[in-house]
Amino acid sequence: MTVEGIGARVARKEDKRFITGKGRYVDDMAVPGMKHAAFVRSPHAHARIGSINAEAAKGMPGVIAVLTGGEMAADGIGNLICGWMIHSKDGSPMNMGAWPALASETVRFVGQAVAVVIADTKGQARDAADAVEVAWEELPAVSDVTSALAEGAPQIHPEAAGNLIYDWEIGSKPEVDAAFQGAAHVCRIELTNNRLVPNAMEPRAALAQYDAADDHFTLWTTSQNPHTARLVLSAFYNVAPEHKLRVIAPDVGGGFGSKIYIYPEEIVCLWASKKTGEPVKWTGDRSEAFLTDAHGRDHVTVAEMAFDANNKILGFKIDTIANFGAYMSLFSSAVPTYLYATLLSGQYDIPLIHCNVRAVYTTTAPVDAYRGAGRPEATYVVERMMETAARELGVSPAELRRTNFIREFPHQTPVIMMYDAGDYDASLNAALAASDYDGFGARKAEAERRGKLRGIGISCYIEACGIAPSKAVGSLGAGVGLWESAEVRVNPVGTIEVLTGSHSHGQGHETTFAQLVASRLGVPLDNISIVHGDTDKVQFGMGTYGSRSGAVGMSAISKAIDKVEAKAKKLAAHLLEASEGDIEIADGEVRVAGTDKKLGWHEVCLAAYTAHNLPDGMEPGLKEGAFYDPTNFTFPAGAYVCEVEIDPDTGHTDIVSFVAADDFGRIINPLIVEGQVHGGIAQGIGQALLEGCVYDEGGQLITATFNDYAMPRAHDLPSFNVSTTETICPSNPLGIKGCGEAGAIGSPPAVMNAITDAIGNNDLSMPATPEKVWRALRAAGGGMREAAE
Amino acid sequence: MYPLSYRRASSVDEARRLFQEASDAAYLAGGHTLLPTMKQRLAVHDVLVDLTRIEAMRGISVSGDTLTIGGGMTHAEVSESSEVKGAISSLAAMVGSIGDAQVRHRGTIGGSIANNDPAADYPSAALALAATIKTDSREIAADDFFTALYETALEEGEIVTGVSFRIPETAGYAKFRNPASRYPMAGVFVAKHKDGSVRVGVTGAGMEGAFRWHEAEEALAGNFSGEALAGISLDPGMMMGDIHGSPEYRANLVAVMAGRALANLGSAEAII
Ligand SMILES: Cc1cc2nc3c(=O)[nH]c(=O)nc-3n(C[C@H](O)[C@H](O)[C@H](O)COP(=O)(O)OP(=O)(O)OC[C@H]3O[C@@H](n4cnc5c(N)ncnc54)[C@H](O)[C@@H]3O)c2cc1C
Repeated sequence: MTVEGIGARVARKEDKRFITGKGRYVDDMAVPGMKHAAFVRSPHAHARIGSINAEAAKGMPGVIAVLTGGEMAADGIGNLICGWMIHSKDGSPMNMGAWPALASETVRFVGQAVAVVIADTKGQARDAADAVEVAWEELPAVSDVTSALAEGAPQIHPEAAGNLIYDWEIGSKPEVDAAFQGAAHVCRIELTNNRLVPNAMEPRAALAQYDAADDHFTLWTTSQNPHTARLVLSAFYNVAPEHKLRVIAPDVGGGFGSKIYIYPEEIVCLWASKKTGEPVKWTGDRSEAFLTDAHGRDHVTVAEMAFDANNKILGFKIDTIANFGAYMSLFSSAVPTYLYATLLSGQYDIPLIHCNVRAVYTTTAPVDAYRGAGRPEATYVVERMMETAARELGVSPAELRRTNFIREFPHQTPVIMMYDAGDYDASLNAALAASDYDGFGARKAEAERRGKLRGIGISCYIEACGIAPSKAVGSLGAGVGLWESAEVRVNPVGTIEVLTGSHSHGQGHETTFAQLVASRLGVPLDNISIVHGDTDKVQFGMGTYGSRSGAVGMSAISKAIDKVEAKAKKLAAHLLEASEGDIEIADGEVRVAGTDKKLGWHEVCLAAYTAHNLPDGMEPGLKEGAFYDPTNFTFPAGAYVCEVEIDPDTGHTDIVSFVAADDFGRIINPLIVEGQVHGGIAQGIGQALLEGCVYDEGGQLITATFNDYAMPRAHDLPSFNVSTTETICPSNPLGIKGCGEAGAIGSPPAVMNAITDAIGNNDLSMPATPEKVWRALRAAGGGMREAAE
Repeated sequence: MYPLSYRRASSVDEARRLFQEASDAAYLAGGHTLLPTMKQRLAVHDVLVDLTRIEAMRGISVSGDTLTIGGGMTHAEVSESSEVKGAISSLAAMVGSIGDAQVRHRGTIGGSIANNDPAADYPSAALALAATIKTDSREIAADDFFTALYETALEEGEIVTGVSFRIPETAGYAKFRNPASRYPMAGVFVAKHKDGSVRVGVTGAGMEGAFRWHEAEEALAGNFSGEALAGISLDPGMMMGDIHGSPEYRANLVAVMAGRALANLGSAEAII
């Protein structure tokens, strides 16, 4: 390992510009003559639009246009799509309602856009938007899945009778039922997985410029996948042809999934830029982010697990209802199916699993993938089940897990996945040791003397990253392939540009990707640039989500490096009159092994470009591209242990220790990996203790600001104890598994298991607010102070 | 943007005049409540009259049994003041627990008192420390000042120029923070005065805003310790309820915080 290569703790190259305020985000972009867009949004959760009167608004200062959905439809702009087809168990395709970028007949969630004002300044656009009069005819709202599925519930889309989008299953129910017949014990739990608002630090934004001379569009947008955005905008929304549309995603301040999707605002800005002939910018404010970013999670689940007399799992039954909100967002359909049900085997050898999922419309913001996407929901079910079952069976939670761990690989689960490698004992043992699990009893007794309740909880998660191969995901209904592309361009002076289809919005690609190149081609990090996020610069790529950039994106780079390396060696062998097999590249030199014959790396590069002396048949230049389609998902896994202390008088939970032992396969940069784990755990603790998106019965978002939506802050978190164990992933050339989501996936059940352990009551839902904990404690008879009644 | 002009007053009289001349003016102090409200378009004003440069509204002084703080003093200035720490250390600690460092360097005592947010910290101390609110035209006892949620006894255009607190024999403050906003969900300021009387000011929890918990005051007058509170409870019917805490829960929190305040006299305890 070199100081800059694979495995080195290199400080992030991009951070200097971020922490000195030099980052360039969409809102920093300005083009001459730029106008500003403000959206007219629905104040109602469900309403028919009687009429839209924009006369007053059109006459206001600076206003250039007020545009509505009817005009968009007349211009042939298409409705938003969901890119993953799911079929119900009766074989029928999912029931998808139409989602126009600007609603012209019906609105179905608070915040849905119905018109846009384009004006000279942002303030003028906003003033005029306030002056647009919409005659609303209110319709009944329905915010939660149980009410939406109930007899007589308001019908949200004509296409989805009873608000049911699909009723899907995996596994054979009769077989699982049969396995339950022979059970010595059955454990049953009911859970809700709370709805979350992504809250990336940078709100969404778009700047669209139409150039009439070339009939060409440029869109700067906060995207995790600019090429996918371009494809969808052209092929489905018909706003611009793909070869006449450049999409640029510059610095993007966090995504967590919420910036995968193509939202109405980008479509409208592009369309409006041509319609008005002026560049149009929109930057969402925090309120718009709360109301209109795709939310995450929101499941209601009943699960049962059957055990034999030796505590071995016989079967697992799960029934989940997933809230999709008012419209099917881009990948929404895949989240509670192929990203959720396929992970329900956890780290355990479970012979039979049946999972039924009903996807349901409600009059709330659309729900889609959010950090973890389906895997946190699965982990929450599996790991709260294991802890609950251990309590019911009277065995230690660690022991019950060990009794059921998968130990042979590859392992085929009953829910599609084939785990390729792992060592679950290793991560559990590491986490138990680091948390001094055995010493818990003494700590609990000591806390009790101070009037505090201590609890400890384990979570052994598994997740799947780098969703692939494309052929397999295609057969499961995906509308896209999930490979990645790269191009490695060596310049005549030996510096290198890597063009990657991945996109960095906080992950540190400019550092880790460069470390890979430095390791392989012996070039210092400062001589390597990572280029991403611009469809005019970079070849088609699939973007960043699902922790895929390491396993898939870097593998594509690695493949391109293979080709560069081969060509450079061939050329060097020719120049040095040696055999190709004896050439080695390291430390800025190209050497003949075991001799003092060598050339500088830059000399070989220059020779490739002068082309004065190339081997016969060799093309000039040193630039290679590659596409990489993995052979399997990767399966990061680990064990988390959380210890809490609860104030019985107030129900306040203090996380006193949090230990993470993760297996991410090969690690390129431990510093960045730790940062990813820290952030993920913070989000997971946020979900468990603080964050809960609440709509009232009328469909109004109650938690629409940070005054009511509790984000985790530094003081809510302990100093994390993170470490890794390693099994190399056999499914990609670098052995990487991915680390971007694990923290958010593994931590919520660890926290909840710890709290329920402390209070002696398992009937507790996330977020475990102080009041909920206080009530659960009193219900369990454990409150120290009688409430004032 | 709605058209808006900003005027900086250098005296209380000038501030009043500027206020009266405008059709819909507002005084601007730290702006930490006013400006977000305006940005959300929940309030619209044509003129903002900045009070922060008025010399007469600055300063902190102790005279006999009275601590007086100028209406323009920021939370940071108050919490770090040696006069305040020396006179009523729990008040300094309470003010030092308001919001975060940025908030404390902008927000002012005058703005906080005038705004009477039902979850603000100051009103509980004003009630417990028998404060007198000084305005440009009169003096108002704290007991008469906080009239309802976001409502005070101030007349249109009246300016809080200062607040005088009675220096107690001993006092303490404890609050349980709202996990989202970090304002108190229940904050209790207990004070034992030199004449033997006890005052308990409660914020964050009451349906009508900050209030005095008279039953607790009576119990504590005989025995100024947590034990005296055993068996005393608040009627949840008088408590505020929202997604963060039901009335029953807030009633419990007030009782618990009162106990914590008594256990930490001379300081302020903030939970979460
Ligand atoms: C993020 C955040 C967190 C906060 N957390 C807390 C907390 O934990 N606890 C807490 O108590 N407070 C908290 N606050 C409120 C803050 O402490 C200020 O006290 C409050 O915003 C009002 O003070 P200001 O000086 O900013 O007043 P402004 O916002 O300028 O004014 C508020 C209102 O009072 C009027 N006004 C201002 N000064 C006077 C005066 N001298 N006479 C008459 N009227 C006047 C204004 O016209 C306006 O109507 C928080 C604020 C923010 C933004």
